[in-house]
Amino acid sequence: MPDQLLYAMEVALNGLMAGVMYSLVALGFVLIFKASGIFNYAQGVMALFAAMTLVGIQNGQVPFSHMINAALGTDIHHFGWSVPALAAIALTVVVMVGLAWAVNRFVFRHLVNQEPIILFMATIGLAYFLEGVADLMWGSEIKTLDVGLPQGINDWVDTATFDLFGYGFFIDNLDIVATVIAGLLVAGLVMFSQYTKQGRALRAVADDHQAALSVGISLNFIWVLVWSIAGFVALVAGIMWGAKSGVQFSLSLIALKALPVLMLGGFTSIPGAIVGGLIIGVGEKLFEFCFGNGQCFGGIIDLGGATETWFAYVLALGFLVFRPQGLFGEKIIERV
Amino acid sequence: MLYREAGDFKTSYGADNQTFPIRFDRWAYWVLLGVAFLVIPFVINDYWASSLLVPFLIYAIAALGLNILTGYCGQVSLGTGGFMAVGAYSSYKLMTAFPWLDMISITLLSGLITAAVGALFGLPSLRIKGFYLAVATLAAQFFLTWLFNKVPWFYNYSASGQITAPERSVFGITVTGPNTEAWAQYLFCLVFVVALAWVARNLTRGTVGRKWMAIRDMDIAAEIIGVNPLRAKLSAFAVSSFFIGIAGALFFTLYLGAVEVNEAFGINKSFLILFMVIIGGLGSIFGSFAGAALLVLLPVALKAVGVDLLGWPTDVVAHLNLVIVGALIIFFLVVEPHGLAQLWRLTKEKLRLWPFPH
Repeated sequence: MPDQLLYAMEVALNGLMAGVMYSLVALGFVLIFKASGIFNYAQGVMALFAAMTLVGIQNGQVPFSHMINAALGTDIHHFGWSVPALAAIALTVVVMVGLAWAVNRFVFRHLVNQEPIILFMATIGLAYFLEGVADLMWGSEIKTLDVGLPQGINDWVDTATFDLFGYGFFIDNLDIVATVIAGLLVAGLVMFSQYTKQGRALRAVADDHQAALSVGISLNFIWVLVWSIAGFVALVAGIMWGAKSGVQFSLSLIALKALPVLMLGGFTSIPGAIVGGLIIGVGEKLFEFCFGNGQCFGGIIDLGGATETWFAYVLALGFLVFRPQGLFGEKIIERV
Repeated sequence: MLYREAGDFKTSYGADNQTFPIRFDRWAYWVLLGVAFLVIPFVINDYWASSLLVPFLIYAIAALGLNILTGYCGQVSLGTGGFMAVGAYSSYKLMTAFPWLDMISITLLSGLITAAVGALFGLPSLRIKGFYLAVATLAAQFFLTWLFNKVPWFYNYSASGQITAPERSVFGITVTGPNTEAWAQYLFCLVFVVALAWVARNLTRGTVGRKWMAIRDMDIAAEIIGVNPLRAKLSAFAVSSFFIGIAGALFFTLYLGAVEVNEAFGINKSFLILFMVIIGGLGSIFGSFAGAALLVLLPVALKAVGVDLLGWPTDVVAHLNLVIVGALIIFFLVVEPHGLAQLWRLTKEKLRLWPFPH
């Protein structure tokens, strides 16, 4: 096979892996959107918040230490212990459930029956609030997250492809782990929503709020549940992204990347979030490879790189003009 | 006691329809303009101009522009930063390509260029609605900032990738560049603000504005009563981008002087201006000013209290600022979705009856 094609294949494979990461964030969006009609812009910041909390708990950091030090003139930073990874993850889940409860109690319970766009703006406010709180709690410096996930080049893929094509593909172990975990997560979510009582209640609420209320499902409980699940998904995404590129502010920007994924896949479809993520992941990596760096067609188009910042949006935009509900979304029916 | 309608008789349709129906309001408006034009330029210094007044005036223009699009026409846009960048870069290209042009023409021309770009990116709004559109405008934001970063022609092949405003003047008074006096900067912005606010007020209460509002309230119904959605939506995008482009041009030429596109016109700028519009009040001219004032004032006030008074580290105060802005937005959406403008309206209602409410 020609080298160019092999490179392109490697790029596409890596794109698939990146797409899984986007899907992880998009999944959280879809869950909340289906159950409560809220388009949760804060999902990315929730991932950042979860990852920072995890690191903070692991290292035994004192929450709000900067603020306490500034106000009281003390000098405290760490409790002096470190928590094992699994226990820290469990504690972070507890924090995310608490957050889910607070968000419902103090924000969205007061906004029932408002227009979707008002709810969307409220989540933008929430995103700013959470970002500020996360920075105040744990400090804004870049942190390394280590929960014992394997990293580095996967030797098996490298040697296998070398034997096959005479060129070893570079695939990160972490990406493979992320793919497996994302698969497990989706399977778990599907099982939960199909086979448990709460899952059925959740689907009932997603279908029709009033009908669900009338058969005795507590909307408040379901919303807290959904936000908790979204918080858990955010934690998983936060761990993956945090392990990949460090826990820092740019983590919250992946939320923005998840938006075109959703538009492509449809806001209401879990498979859509996965497929959309894969398309965007592969698409932007290949586009960058072909036209951003001018590797295809003899380099006739060379845009000078960094096309990844906008390609996803433009693709989604072009797609929406022809199919406004996305690939798998429910058809938008307007009634007067 | 002063705030009374008694004895204020309207004898014509025009008088009944005026912007300030109460005499006290009219007086307050003229006094405010008088102070802004005749007093402040003589007492202004560099600190007040650069940290409060000039950013307030420029953000007020941008908020007015976004309010026309989002508040009056109901099309949510997250591309404000990108459009401001268009204004800034077109003013830079015009300033360097035509050195003899005066600043007023340059600013207006950059507004027009931005209007054309805005109308182009407004085209998808004919197909997509609501937050699908909001996400689509993100394409404008990211594509435009990437473009200005990657194509060297836009920054005249400078090594740093920055653009720097050369010295230009109006009627022989320098308004851009490092040698500008605070009062000249302030007055130049003020003239634009007053003129554009006047335009916005009169557009929104005329035919065009009513069409925008009809589209906002229910686009299908608006179509049935004969509003052309193509024209209404694209004109809203064009007018809004014209305002935002002027704000972007002023932001670069007068306020910052040197700009790196991702830093000055990133996605955070889009959100900041959206917040101004939400906190100030969607669909209100006064609200745009109130929102801009609050969000310009808040970080400065917090810094004054937190850093200078309490001696806290700057980063803690900056994070606190984020928390407060986020909480304020949620607070306003929960308690008063129509923002500061509605609070002001309610206060006025109360004042008219005070102190005998029955």
